[in-house]
Amino acid sequence: MKTGTGMRSALGRARGLGAAGGAAHHWIGQRVTAVALVPLGLWFVFGAVIGNLGADDVAIRAWMASPLNATLMILFVVSAFQHGALGLQVVLEDYVHGAAAKNVAVMANKMFAAAGALFCVVCVLTLALGG
Amino acid sequence: MPSPQSSRERPLSPHLQVYQLYRKIAPLLSILHRLTGVALYVVGSLFVIAWLGAAAYGAGAFATVQGLFASPLGYLVLFGWTVVLFYHLANGVRHLTWDSGRCVTNEGVRGTGITMLVMVCGLTIAAWAVGLMLVA
Repeated sequence: MKTGTGMRSALGRARGLGAAGGAAHHWIGQRVTAVALVPLGLWFVFGAVIGNLGADDVAIRAWMASPLNATLMILFVVSAFQHGALGLQVVLEDYVHGAAAKNVAVMANKMFAAAGALFCVVCVLTLALGG
Repeated sequence: MPSPQSSRERPLSPHLQVYQLYRKIAPLLSILHRLTGVALYVVGSLFVIAWLGAAAYGAGAFATVQGLFASPLGYLVLFGWTVVLFYHLANGVRHLTWDSGRCVTNEGVRGTGITMLVMVCGLTIAAWAVGLMLVA
């Protein structure tokens, strides 16, 4: 891989490069996170949420101290925020008109995803390692 | 000489008014995929942030958030969240099926749409059956 455009061939990157040239990267990223979120989403509902119904502080810490649970939770939140950011960006580009408003909206979207994912990861690590 | 058609206001795509969503299931299911996706990301992620954040901040905060989710209104919100999540998940699998080149016909769109709705009902019933059994 020579540039940030990822899985595209040299010809694919050069041909018709009118816009930013990142559409294929965006499209593939959306699908990769979608595939990951099928098992991770089912695990989150049935394992993480239903499995911890009525749990107290001690129980949730013990549950998150399992390396498998902490790993799956981090994979879930990172995939989910990445997938959501890619998806909402397309919606914003479709429905927010005007270059300035669109750019501000897309940037705010990316910052929300980065901050949300980081906060969730820090929380998981605090629970798993905090003792 | 006919007046030029291009001077009219043209509808922009994706469009919400011209497709008669109340009559046709395919465009309704399509826009619901977007709406449920936005809802999961904008609202659902706040639930996850609140839940994990409260757990990390300590016993008092976590008990408060768990209590809110276990209240009647909390159950109603959680029920809506499961329907929205399972809809976006099942319809997402439907989209991945189309991405692989399968079922891209009128019959395929209708058939996978009905299959998807059955999956949403099944997953929602399964989640609440398991959850309510564990709580009881």
